[in-house]
Amino acid sequence: MSDKPKFVYVIYIASTPDKVWQALTDPDQTEKYWFGYRVNANGKVGAPFIARNPGGEDFDKGVILESDPPRRIACTWRPQHDNDRHERPSRVTFDLAPLRGQVRLTIVHDDFDEGSKAFESISRGWPAVLSSLKSYLETGRALEMSARDVDDKSCAAAAAEAGA
Amino acid sequence: MDAVFKALADASRRELLDRLRAENGQTLGELCARLAMTRQAVSKHLVLLEEANLVATVRRGREKLHYLNPVPIHEIAERWIGKFERSRLQALSDMKQALEAGDE
Repeated sequence: MSDKPKFVYVIYIASTPDKVWQALTDPDQTEKYWFGYRVNANGKVGAPFIARNPGGEDFDKGVILESDPPRRIACTWRPQHDNDRHERPSRVTFDLAPLRGQVRLTIVHDDFDEGSKAFESISRGWPAVLSSLKSYLETGRALEMSARDVDDKSCAAAAAEAGA
Repeated sequence: MDAVFKALADASRRELLDRLRAENGQTLGELCARLAMTRQAVSKHLVLLEEANLVATVRRGREKLHYLNPVPIHEIAERWIGKFERSRLQALSDMKQALEAGDE
């Protein structure tokens, strides 16, 4: 494991930290922009971090490691794909900072196992989820897409190339 | 979005993004070591890329690590490439790659 984060994503959203926090942690809101997933990250430190997919299936995504509304939330991130399910959970941290009437949302995803496959799906997932979150908060409408769109062949090929 | 296009309209800056894509989280020193650019030039390019949000930085102790931030490029793609065009474009891109590979 490297002590260096594997991924750092930044997005500016014309909104308030409270609204961005709500959108990230409330399942009624995540359902609208996060591939239809109901993500419940509203618990206290140590609480499970549960996601329910559009098929109504609950799965354990991990545990909440830090929660400082509306500034910072960190959780472990358990891979769910067939090729990475055996891997140790990684860690994702959301930092929210107000900046000139906007929110600077930084996502750091790190603590991957050496040779992890999980980061391939993450590297195509986050930009899509973040763009959709931004559209949802700024216009009230999320981007039209499903997890299948970002898991499709074009993205898989791009990720494989990036990893090469 | 203007800042993104301006930042991308320079071969040196695109090269820096390629370097980060190959290896994310490099310091200024690491980026300079493999480029035929002065440290000052690389530093100026990185400032522009960071302003366009194409590069995100994280401080780790005394080091500043640079990351390729693909989010603005994704936003551009989402704006002009709809959900239904993606697979057709991918088919064309696959065909181009297959045909060009066959020429080698």
